[in-house]
Amino acid sequence: MYGTGMLRGMGVTIKHLVDAFVDDLRFLGQRYYNAGSLNARQGTRGRGVFTVQYPEEKLPVPERFRFIPFLLYEANADGSTDHRCTSCGICAKVCPPQCIWIERSSDPETGRPIPTPTRFFIDIDICMNCGYCAEYCPFDAIKMDHDYELASYERIEAHIFDKDRLDKPVEYYAGIRPTEYVDEENARAEEDAKKAARKAAAAKKKSVGADSKAAAA
Amino acid sequence: MAAQEIGAAPSEQTAVADPIVSRFEGALRPDERKGYEGYIVAAEGLPEVATGLRDELGYDYLSSVTGVDYLDGGQLEVVYHAYQTSGGPALNLKVQVDRENPVLPSLVSVYPGADFQEREIFDMYGVRFEGHPNLRRILMWDGFAGHPLRKDWREAYYEEENKPFDSRWPTGDVRRSEAANRFGKNVIYPAGFDFENWTPESDESLYASLNKVGSNGKTLQTDSLVVNMGPQHPSTHGVFRMVVALDGETITDLQPVMGYLHRSHEKIGERNTFLQNMPYTDRLDYLSSMGNNLGYALAVEKLMGVQVPERAEYLRVLMAELTRVSNHMWAIGFLLNDMGAFQTPALYAIRARELILDVFEATAGSRMMCNYMRFGGVARDLPETLRDENTLDFISDLAHNRLPAAIDELDRFLTGNEIVRARCIGVGVLPAEKAIAYSAAGPLLRASGVPYDLRRAEPYSIYDRLDFKVCTRSNGDVYDRYVIRIDEMRESVKICQQALRDMPAKGEIFSRKPQYNVRVPEGESYGRVENPKGELGYYVVSTGKTNPYRYHVRAPSFINLTVLGEMCKGHKVADAVVILGSIDIVLGEVDR
Ligand code: SF4
Ligand code: SF4
Repeated sequence: MYGTGMLRGMGVTIKHLVDAFVDDLRFLGQRYYNAGSLNARQGTRGRGVFTVQYPEEKLPVPERFRFIPFLLYEANADGSTDHRCTSCGICAKVCPPQCIWIERSSDPETGRPIPTPTRFFIDIDICMNCGYCAEYCPFDAIKMDHDYELASYERIEAHIFDKDRLDKPVEYYAGIRPTEYVDEENARAEEDAKKAARKAAAAKKKSVGADSKAAAA
Repeated sequence: MAAQEIGAAPSEQTAVADPIVSRFEGALRPDERKGYEGYIVAAEGLPEVATGLRDELGYDYLSSVTGVDYLDGGQLEVVYHAYQTSGGPALNLKVQVDRENPVLPSLVSVYPGADFQEREIFDMYGVRFEGHPNLRRILMWDGFAGHPLRKDWREAYYEEENKPFDSRWPTGDVRRSEAANRFGKNVIYPAGFDFENWTPESDESLYASLNKVGSNGKTLQTDSLVVNMGPQHPSTHGVFRMVVALDGETITDLQPVMGYLHRSHEKIGERNTFLQNMPYTDRLDYLSSMGNNLGYALAVEKLMGVQVPERAEYLRVLMAELTRVSNHMWAIGFLLNDMGAFQTPALYAIRARELILDVFEATAGSRMMCNYMRFGGVARDLPETLRDENTLDFISDLAHNRLPAAIDELDRFLTGNEIVRARCIGVGVLPAEKAIAYSAAGPLLRASGVPYDLRRAEPYSIYDRLDFKVCTRSNGDVYDRYVIRIDEMRESVKICQQALRDMPAKGEIFSRKPQYNVRVPEGESYGRVENPKGELGYYVVSTGKTNPYRYHVRAPSFINLTVLGEMCKGHKVADAVVILGSIDIVLGEVDR
């Protein structure tokens, strides 16, 4: 019969309307912001339409979400900081739009490079959030951020992030990317242990060698 | 070594055995450069060879035409990839022509699908195709000076031939690229260019070239007029123009005009290193970045000869098929927008897409700009959890319940709808022979009844192990193009289910040591995948360095537009909008 197709279609529309309210009842009390209710209603269990009231409410981003990178430093007990970046330049080389600028430090006396950057810039207008810098940095010194609210009133100066703007403590990183942080720390500890074992073995071999030499003598 | 000797020794025999060389004696010779394949054809013989290949040997489908500038040899090369729609490997033809005076015979009369591609080569390399019916620039504007993809052409922001640029490290003198622009404006004007008095010639000639004779005159007093739909028009899905010649309301001719979003993707690609191109491919058809990644990865892997671990293959296929579902959801939603069902169907369609994007975001880190594949695997494995659920459970639920339900709902919502049927059935009919001749690809081709799907015709990745059907429809109208997308989504969901079932629970996802700058062996390669919008191909030439010498994208959205005018003729102007919607284009890919 002519019109049945349209009627069936309207049935779908009505179902969507009803679903939204049914879900309000199913998840009673989970209307306003808390991460759990957003996850539930935006996940596979939610059926009806659910509007997130941005900026009052925000969808939690997954751990791997990537936005403009930042640089990591470790704060020591005495207030000094250790920056992880060694200014090896790999991130600047791999960056597809070439938006990372690094000035390597050098020793004023010998002129030899020191493993720390004097200046470090990222032009966030150009950064395409690809995540390569974080992926290929051998020292886990640069990581992708979760902070996507970067609007500013001025774009010339404000959008070239310098080292001060880029620096963030390791704890911040551990907070936004907990599993990756733990994995990396474990990998590093393992690597250190291996290195120590190798060193010990080498030292032992040496001393054994010396011993046998002594014995031969 | 031994194998090489065996292969090399009976060279005379191979020459005799090669049916193509013997058929076209004297007109072509095998391409013997290292890492190259196919044949080099003499320019004069090209139309004859092409006709013979099409009519006698069954190479009826011209997939890609592109150019390469071999600056050192002083030659431009035009590369053709032709296929048989019955399946099988490519026939790769090349024609070489002098850089200074590049003139070649056009193949539009043999393969009408060469139309836009030859115009692009004319635009980018300055090769003049004799006999082309409409040889104008296609992506650049009329007043543009030079041919941007020639190796000696330099962009206004030029810094160095290849990345990485030296100024970034270790001196790090930061500056904005605007400051590096030598011209102050992002353009070079031809010598003697007069800004004030310039009128775009080709628009005049374009308008003049349109067929304006209508058939309506007898019964109704109608006027013939030319209407520009776009560049700013809600129906065009972006910045895109259709120049329509009308007789009353009936379309007598239509020419698409594009390039407004052109950003020289390929020039950037040749400055980039191989790896750096990966995130750029996301920005082509930004609704299916996973598929774009896959095609590029395949092309480069072919050159490098690397294997992809089992689990990574499954992840790739899983992601590519989820992309197909999300793309088709969007395509259908937008088609309905174009028909005037404003936003409601589109929003219902993209609800399920949101869940797919959640999977991408949790796995790759971004919803649309996934940058997920690497040469030899994928960037990351699936995460443990996704929105408080186990990721695998989330994806299985998606593949077994949510997506099938969403597809069924869309089907119930629209397929039987009388208005949809009235607007779509019999509109924009594209017969099978025409679809093949015009190099139409993807759902557009299959809706016309041609069962050509690369996942079957030339299986890549692990598609040969998967059970799915190549969907076809027979009428080739807008309605079939809608229904086939529903069919294809169902098949994709089936593939996802199989991938989830068979995927090794653990395993490597990357076969090599991650390297930030890979050297790729010399040679050429053409990698193609069945992307949601059609055949997406990458033609890559490497000279053994870390940057591609040539990087070309065979963009399905772009080539599918070649036949738009043909499909629209005789329909009402409002139908043009729907027909365009049924092709499903993305301007990021059309204009590149
Ligand atoms: S951030 Fe990492 S890759 Fe970049 S220079 Fe520092 S240590 Fe090297
Ligand atoms: S995210 Fe990509 S584009 Fe941005 S700074 Fe890192 S490498 Fe460069």
